[in-house]
Amino acid sequence: MAESTHNTCEGLLGSLSDYVDGELGAELCRQIEKHIAECEDCRIVVDTTRKTIDLVHASNDPQTDLPDEVRNRLFKRLNLDDYLKPAVK
Amino acid sequence: MVETAIQDISIEALRNGDRAEFAKLVDAYSAPIYRLGLRMLGNEQDAEDVLQNTFISALTHLSTFEGRSSILTWLYRIAVNESLMILRRGKPEVNIDDVDSSDENDVARPTQFVDWGALPEVELLSSEGKQALDNAIQNLPENLRMVFLLRDIQDLSIKDTADALNLSQANVKVRLLRARLMLREQLSYYYGERMKKEKSNG
Repeated sequence: MAESTHNTCEGLLGSLSDYVDGELGAELCRQIEKHIAECEDCRIVVDTTRKTIDLVHASNDPQTDLPDEVRNRLFKRLNLDDYLKPAVK
Repeated sequence: MVETAIQDISIEALRNGDRAEFAKLVDAYSAPIYRLGLRMLGNEQDAEDVLQNTFISALTHLSTFEGRSSILTWLYRIAVNESLMILRRGKPEVNIDDVDSSDENDVARPTQFVDWGALPEVELLSSEGKQALDNAIQNLPENLRMVFLLRDIQDLSIKDTADALNLSQANVKVRLLRARLMLREQLSYYYGERMKKEKSNG
């Protein structure tokens, strides 16, 4: 891996998060794309970092319910029992 | 699960001690707080303790909520502190402030260059693959895991993550990069081994 600025491996590493999050300016993106077209190791690092984040999102199910018994105990602990019912399902 | 729209919750009513409003708040946010506790502590009992303690603390301190951050960010901040308290019971050295300031911008260079990104989704998201990912997240040091959970799992912005953890945005960005690179390394090793095995099996 080569040293320094955005068209090198070191420079790419520092901007990797912003790049995969789509938060980098057009010129810096262009420099990174030029670099990864020539540097196979960095292309793999970018691809697999992006994939890692995709997998985290895909395996995280935001619809996972709070178990009923956990909700019941929470409401009791907060003295909110009278708001426990009716629980909309 | 009870669905409550975030915009339907009145901060003013909460501050005035409206119990029905507080019940709405609990139903709107208990699932994400519980999930954060589960990811942070790795077991249901501790996650439930975090959940209960977070809302007890919120109830006690509602008057101090200034509205500078969203109420969810505020709840996350409480939940993070509750999680840390539980973590420190077993490991008193746990400290999320301990970013080695001398090399704050120093990021470990990648060492694994296995091109596993093109593996089929069905393989990447198999139960074994998910387990490898969960293990990799659990293996992150607490000071990186907390940032990673809020930003990449709970989907908070960099600013909200920084607010919830009382860190600078620059610090959050460095920790996030470190966390992502560490996970990538671990997954690269895992999938590298699997790819080798599959190759040798024909």
